[in-house]
Amino acid sequence: MAYDYEKSIRPGKLPHIWCPGCGHGIVMKGLIRAMDSCGLEKNNTALVSGIGCASRLPGYVDMCTLHTAHGRAAAFATGVKMAKPEMTVICLGGDGDGTAIGGNHFIHACRRNIDMTYVIMNNFIYGMTGGQFSPCTPTGMKASTTPYGNPDPTFDISKLAIGAGATFVARTTAFHATQIDKLIAEGIKHKGMAVIEVLDDCPTTYGRRNKFRSVVDMMKKLKENAVPVQAASKMTAEQLQGKFLTGVLYKEDKPEYIEQYAKVIAKAQGQAS
Amino acid sequence: MAKKVALLQGNEACAHGALYAGAKFFGGYPITPSTEVAEVLSIELPKVGGKFIQMEDEIAAMASIIGASLTGAKVITATSGPGVSLKQELIGYACIAEVPCVIINVMRGGPSTGMPTGPGQSDVMQARWGTHGDHAAIALVPASCQEIFTETVRAFNLAEKYRMPVQVLYDEIVGHMRERIVFPEPGELEVIDRAKPTVPPEQYKPYDTSFGDVPPLAAFGSEYRFHVTGLNKAQDGFPTTKAEYVDAEERRQISKVENEKARADIESNEEYLTEDAEVLIFAYGSTSRSARYAVNELRKEGIKAGLFRPITLWPFPEKRVALLGKQVKAIIVPEMNLGQMNLEVERVVKGTCPVISIGRVDGEPLNPGQIIAQVKEVK
Amino acid sequence: MSSPKAEAVQKTGATPRIEVIERYCKGCSICAEFCPTKVLEMETFVVKVVKPEACIKCMQCELRCPDFAIKVHTE
Repeated sequence: MAYDYEKSIRPGKLPHIWCPGCGHGIVMKGLIRAMDSCGLEKNNTALVSGIGCASRLPGYVDMCTLHTAHGRAAAFATGVKMAKPEMTVICLGGDGDGTAIGGNHFIHACRRNIDMTYVIMNNFIYGMTGGQFSPCTPTGMKASTTPYGNPDPTFDISKLAIGAGATFVARTTAFHATQIDKLIAEGIKHKGMAVIEVLDDCPTTYGRRNKFRSVVDMMKKLKENAVPVQAASKMTAEQLQGKFLTGVLYKEDKPEYIEQYAKVIAKAQGQAS
Repeated sequence: MAKKVALLQGNEACAHGALYAGAKFFGGYPITPSTEVAEVLSIELPKVGGKFIQMEDEIAAMASIIGASLTGAKVITATSGPGVSLKQELIGYACIAEVPCVIINVMRGGPSTGMPTGPGQSDVMQARWGTHGDHAAIALVPASCQEIFTETVRAFNLAEKYRMPVQVLYDEIVGHMRERIVFPEPGELEVIDRAKPTVPPEQYKPYDTSFGDVPPLAAFGSEYRFHVTGLNKAQDGFPTTKAEYVDAEERRQISKVENEKARADIESNEEYLTEDAEVLIFAYGSTSRSARYAVNELRKEGIKAGLFRPITLWPFPEKRVALLGKQVKAIIVPEMNLGQMNLEVERVVKGTCPVISIGRVDGEPLNPGQIIAQVKEVK
Repeated sequence: MSSPKAEAVQKTGATPRIEVIERYCKGCSICAEFCPTKVLEMETFVVKVVKPEACIKCMQCELRCPDFAIKVHTE
């Protein structure tokens, strides 16, 4: 059966603002399927984003939606979750928003292991401002501000999240549509900070400058270079050159922040903890 | 029953005022000379089921209180000048998205790191114009520990009533001074909660002006769902670039504070011996305490000096100051900056009397002697 | 997660109705390119259903359409 996305989308909001072939729409579909599969209630779910193309996503979805300032999604979301722990809180945004201007909030949300899910759409570029390089633009690639090729080293968002203390970290791509909802759903169900990195395509500002013939060409690259974690264990370093791992990269049970603060409240109120 | 009395620091009084007002969430970042506000609330908030979080930076602190406020909680952060500088973008966010929140600024000198342990009053213009774009501002400037308590309560009331950020600015002197505080009984001071929507959820619009200049704000996690953005938006809360919506919303967000009725509600001043004053001292915060002493000394010498002390600094008490400007021979504006409010006084008296600035930025308080000397010079 | 190989797929059941919401389609061609049985084709930047009888209901087009423009009705 055709999937009923309409019931989760605000009436009259489509078509969305994203360019032809932009993978954000594919991620949005995956997010909706994931939220459905987890049985999330609209009134009890907050979608929090920063600024950028990806951060426009919450505006379309019929939930409690908070489109904040550039980079600040995780910090706003922390306030929402702390003040109303019964809500499911999902952060959405891009690579520049989440790991450059918002890098500090991102790593500290991971460190606290607060019970949120952060879906980060990594399209390797600042799309909305016209294609400047981000911390995730691969070295050597072209962006509007790296006309001679990007001299900067690159963040590995998933490794960053693991290093900072997130207890569920997964990666997939806009090509692997059905994996998107499975991983987001797993992240939502996980108690603690879950980061799902979705490698995404920006044909307009990244593909065009970097000799991708079409959006399909970009999608094929995402498909070809994705190596499921299980398969990677049987591959040599040479075989893994230029590839990236997909699937659940890290999972751990660790004390969660809201629960830890509940103990603070109990102590302050003189109850045994 | 005797009221509870305590010897409290200004910063401690602020924290207790916040609790009296019903604060349930504090998000902050350590900064001198404001940290006692955070320290007291880290102890007291969990006792009342509230939440205290020390965020990773000043910006995050501001973000966290806006997020928490959207769930319906009364929220507060406390910082000092450098922290307020960092918070500016999100103060603007709270203005345009109309999210109630209280920001305490315990002022030190500046610019930049300045003199962290010294007093200053150099953030008063920042409180008005710190964030980019046109916007209204409410800023309160208490001058004693008791007043810090009551003005913190009033800051929450105004934030909730006008659905916007409210700043309380007091200098390090008042923040770290200890004075006797009489705790008001519950119900003794007015405590205002934000208006909640009365329409069915499907009809709710977060910026619906059919309910007046301050539309009711629903809470995330209630039966109402809505969208919040820092973009210019229409009454339904969704982004728009339509000129007529943008213009109307921007004007409403300013007029909700600056219309006459709102001003009368928000403005609060103290006048001391102004009826027959020939020289007026316009002073706020700890400087007003030196000014009051100066007025008393000058009166002993037969000089008709008076004090005008704004407790609400923004919106500025334009009408009253303009009237006083017509009455007196000169207005003297002592402040621990180099003439910020002096500019504002000049603006509203429109040349009807000379306006003379006494500025001090060396980390020392402005003393009565400086003020007395200046009054005698104009007399 | 890769597309099913066209030759390996057995077509079963009735031909589904493939709905294209033309107003939403931005002509990216992801659906047509990844359709294993070439049911879809691009025509002046809008997708057209040209061979509905070949559809194997793999749903790849619907899943990957970033614009919510394709629905595969299988009942």
